[in-house]
Amino acid sequence: MTRTVIIDPVTRIEGHAKITLHLDEAGHLTDTRFHVVEYRGFEKFCEGRPFTEMAGITARICGICPVSHLLAAAKTGDKLLAISIPPAADKLRRLLNLAQLTQSHALSFFHLSSPDFLLGWESDPAKRNVFGLMAADPDLARAGIRLRQFGQQILELLGGRKIHSAWAVPGGVRSPLSQEAKDWILDRLPEARATVTLALELYKKLLDGPLQKEQRVFGDFPSLFMGLVTPKGLWEHIDGGIRFRDANGAVVADQLSEDDYAEFLGEAVEPWSYLKFPYYKPLGYPDGIYRVGPLARLNVCDSIGTPWADRELAELRQRSGQTATSSFAYHHARLVEIVACLEAIEVLVRDPELMHGRIRLRASLNRNEAVGVSEAPRGTLFHHYKVDDDGLLTSVNLIIATGQNNLAMNRTVHQIAQEYIPDPVPAGAEIPEAMLNRVEAGIRCFDPCLSCSTHAAGQMPLRLQLLAADGTVLAERLRG
Amino acid sequence: MSVVTLTVNGQDVAVPAGASLLEATRAAEANVPTLCHLEGLTPVSACRLCLVEVEGSSKLLPACSTAAAEGMVVHTHTPRLREYRRMTVELIFAEGNHVCAVCVANTHCELQDMAVTVGMDHSRFPYQYPQRLVDATHPQFTLDHNRCILCTRCVRVCDEIEGAHVWDIGSRGGQCHIVAGLDEPWGQVQACTSCGKCVDVCPTGALFRNSDTTAEKQPNTTLPALLRTAREQRRWHNQ
Repeated sequence: MTRTVIIDPVTRIEGHAKITLHLDEAGHLTDTRFHVVEYRGFEKFCEGRPFTEMAGITARICGICPVSHLLAAAKTGDKLLAISIPPAADKLRRLLNLAQLTQSHALSFFHLSSPDFLLGWESDPAKRNVFGLMAADPDLARAGIRLRQFGQQILELLGGRKIHSAWAVPGGVRSPLSQEAKDWILDRLPEARATVTLALELYKKLLDGPLQKEQRVFGDFPSLFMGLVTPKGLWEHIDGGIRFRDANGAVVADQLSEDDYAEFLGEAVEPWSYLKFPYYKPLGYPDGIYRVGPLARLNVCDSIGTPWADRELAELRQRSGQTATSSFAYHHARLVEIVACLEAIEVLVRDPELMHGRIRLRASLNRNEAVGVSEAPRGTLFHHYKVDDDGLLTSVNLIIATGQNNLAMNRTVHQIAQEYIPDPVPAGAEIPEAMLNRVEAGIRCFDPCLSCSTHAAGQMPLRLQLLAADGTVLAERLRG
Repeated sequence: MSVVTLTVNGQDVAVPAGASLLEATRAAEANVPTLCHLEGLTPVSACRLCLVEVEGSSKLLPACSTAAAEGMVVHTHTPRLREYRRMTVELIFAEGNHVCAVCVANTHCELQDMAVTVGMDHSRFPYQYPQRLVDATHPQFTLDHNRCILCTRCVRVCDEIEGAHVWDIGSRGGQCHIVAGLDEPWGQVQACTSCGKCVDVCPTGALFRNSDTTAEKQPNTTLPALLRTAREQRRWHNQ
């Protein structure tokens, strides 16, 4: 009899998901699927609303990265007004996004993923979390929490609140950065630098030791990578053009405009998941598999443009390849991006233009359709709005970073299951928890945010199921 | 000037003859809540939040439109009134589509403040989720019917202060809604002077400036009383 292993819910991610491992009658692994089982419907219920509300509404999609939606919505609004925002507003938005990347990456690394590396894959699941980390290494846990707080505090200093601020608006931003806020950021930067230095040292030691196998089998496969780059090909997180690079390092497409996303991105649908499967159109589905997010951004850029981050990027490339293809390298990439963010934050905060001049322009509706883009912590985020002549939305399409990693997450889970699940699985055998944890961890590499990607309600537990060929559930793990 | 004396919550108060019970309760610092009432505009008793108990009357009376009379004994905060006021606010929330988190009037909304005042933390009545439209045809302002509580402040300020009478109430019962002109798109109503007074006095986010985004609306509810007083006292040079 064939079997299916079910992991449901998947833990330490944002949203609801389950993983199923399908076995044939001999107990061999035939298929793995990462199911996203939540639905929210933002694209539908926003229809009929004024486009000026979209920054406030779409920020509510997610409590982890509301800033990403806020910025994408504000940028789309800028284009509907057909205006270029003032330089100070552009820099303030950049500062906001850098703080967002910092806090989200700190959350992913310290709170969600590091318990696996630092406490061990086989450790007690009840303690394999940030509280277990606090007990095992309180100084590291505290530093990680304070690094996230640093990013969160900048969000509050700019937007008035840590989450769900509506500070970025079509035309610019609502309020400037105060001198006190600027001083606070500069004051806390050295501590943030020290924490990421510590994390990098720790992580590199693990890569040289116990994590070597994970680096090899956690989703190491060729795919395209997509992300924003500056006109000169440097790392970018809010403007610039879209670049695709393949696993061999060749630039497949460069400086694409977000306006043309429908020409190069397709979205496939599978009946077993609410999460769509975007793909690079010229290669078709599913061959057009591509990855987005921190690793993709580092893979597509020529360099970052700041000294410390470029040194760390060089080391990442030395360890994981000029174009890193292992999904496990996402963890390393997150740390390198925190370095890039901290350096960029310092440059911005010391820039006199940040504090002077207009920060908001007001205009009437001048276009009926626009696409906005930003780099969210998890990858490239598109907002596409169509409005009537009164500015009321007639169509909304949101392409979320986690969705774009959907094909890659499925392939990663399959690769890990092939490596760690016994072949064949003996009839009636229980799958050890540590093996299932590694399958989950494959998903955590991508730090998926399913609340965003399905635009879903509630928390994000994960379920893993082992299914027989006839669909019977043979084993199931449910955690949340 | 003749006065009438009455008792509010056991306290003797004297108000000018012709004053409303609401003025009498305010003289007694009784703090009776209101939503539709606005100084400078004719009272209409639409929201029913200012209902008070008057001894000798079997009915609850709206304080805003009931004249204070000699010897009245008034109670403003009995358990029954508190319960009715909370129910009234719950019903207002359940009737429309009020989503504070993304509303232009968030933190500057009289309905939101009223929910806090009456102690409402949820609605005991099922939300109706009505299908309502947004009229964004005016070049400067937008009317979102989802947030309208039919207080008619916009109707009255446009008629009584601006003198343009753009707004009215259309339909009946649960279908009642604000209409512009002869139930036309607001942007096509020639009588509208685009003065913005209706936006200024709206207690919720139903009327707002097009450039307002979440929590940005800044109402100006003192305007009608200011203008009316200025006219009555002939403060303008050319009067």
